[in-house]
Amino acid sequence: MKAAPFEYVLAETIDHALECLEQYGMEARTLAGGQSLVPMMAMRLARPAMLLDINRLVELKHVDAGDDAVSIGATTRQRTIEDSVDVHKAIPLVRDALRWVGHIQTRNRGTIGGSLVHADPSAELPLAAVVLNAKLRLRSMAQGEREVDAQDFFLGPMFTATSDTECLIGIEWPVWAGTGIVTAFDETAMRHGDFAMASAACQLQLDEDGICQRAAIGMGGVDGVPRSFPELAQEIVGQRINPRMAQEVAHCAAQQTEPGSDLHASAEYRRHLATVMLSRVLLAAAQSRPADTTAPAAQAQ
Amino acid sequence: MPPPLVSVEIKINGLIRTHTIEPRTTLVDFLRDHLGLTGTHVGCEHGICGACSVLLDGDPVRSCCMFAVQADGMSVTTVEGLAPQRGCLSKIQDAFCETHALQCGYCTPGMLIACQALVDKTPQPDEAQIREAIGGNLCRCTGYQQIVDAVKLATSPGYQIREPSSPLAGETGKTVVPGVPHD
Repeated sequence: MKAAPFEYVLAETIDHALECLEQYGMEARTLAGGQSLVPMMAMRLARPAMLLDINRLVELKHVDAGDDAVSIGATTRQRTIEDSVDVHKAIPLVRDALRWVGHIQTRNRGTIGGSLVHADPSAELPLAAVVLNAKLRLRSMAQGEREVDAQDFFLGPMFTATSDTECLIGIEWPVWAGTGIVTAFDETAMRHGDFAMASAACQLQLDEDGICQRAAIGMGGVDGVPRSFPELAQEIVGQRINPRMAQEVAHCAAQQTEPGSDLHASAEYRRHLATVMLSRVLLAAAQSRPADTTAPAAQAQ
Repeated sequence: MPPPLVSVEIKINGLIRTHTIEPRTTLVDFLRDHLGLTGTHVGCEHGICGACSVLLDGDPVRSCCMFAVQADGMSVTTVEGLAPQRGCLSKIQDAFCETHALQCGYCTPGMLIACQALVDKTPQPDEAQIREAIGGNLCRCTGYQQIVDAVKLATSPGYQIREPSSPLAGETGKTVVPGVPHD
């Protein structure tokens, strides 16, 4: 349970970090919050020859709210985002997702970018990213910067579009314009903070009569990557959410997934859970009040 | 050839400690094996149990999930640093004794750190906040209720640590033999 020896490099600037990645390639691993990588190294599931610590790059720690998007630096701590009033106002789904991420101790160290690049199929932040179709900014020395849609970023379990020489710089979370935005996130795990057996998230825009104007839905833990369902979400638009419709949409979504079986849950049970979770979040969001943009962060449960 | 060693300077319980270590030394191993601060317990070593929790610049973190070199230049408080002075207890520690919030004691350092971090930020926590704060710490003895009770007691208005009482034998004039009824 001790990590194999490695060379430690503390990145001083982003360019310094990118140079190191260029030089070491596959031999290097980038260390952000370390809440998954350090245990993996302890179990020797990861044995990098060089560990590139990007924790002290202040350029990667920020939450900037704009009109169209909230830009979050890759190594911004999950706890900072959880406590950010801007995040609560503009991207409430991210706040909802963070409540399910690990524990206070892990969120104090864990970063938003680390969770996305780690790409655990049951993780909450990747699910929020595909539901909102966040944009991930990747940078390398040779190719410069490129932007990848969250839909295209996750390629499989622990496998993303990030190349060996690239570093995730930041994430742009789209902000939905208008009023009546409601969100919900739910999951089932053995205990709160454990890996989700299945999870679901939705963001809806409802008019004054409760008719859905815009919708985004997704499921986690039931496939190699977090899944969103844009076509199904489109079918909700123009309707009022009711239990039968929520159940039908959730059922259709679950049929499109290919969950795996493990000690905790069979594939069929996972699919069932995901159906229940998605139908619950649709109803919960529809019944909730739109995000109160003046509520202080600490008040949110 | 082994990778180069690194030099770290970490303020631990108010004292600056400088050491040269392997980069792969976790913070908890550094505290226990290099500094002899064995109050912090090491349980699962992969971020599940919370026994190794310490305060890093005031925030609770798992010391098994970071390398000591990452804490370079930062401030760490371990369970040894909670009491105001040697031989004394902090309010939370005292309340743990009062409500029987520990049995085997393995989780206790992590629990104390988690509870201290809570009351530092939230002096009057409600039950839900207490349960959330210790949600990342496993205890297999108490069932958690006495730990929740301890935090409630320690944060109740006017709670004071009682003066240390004289030894039991001195009070009763009898020698108490464990396991033998003494009446």
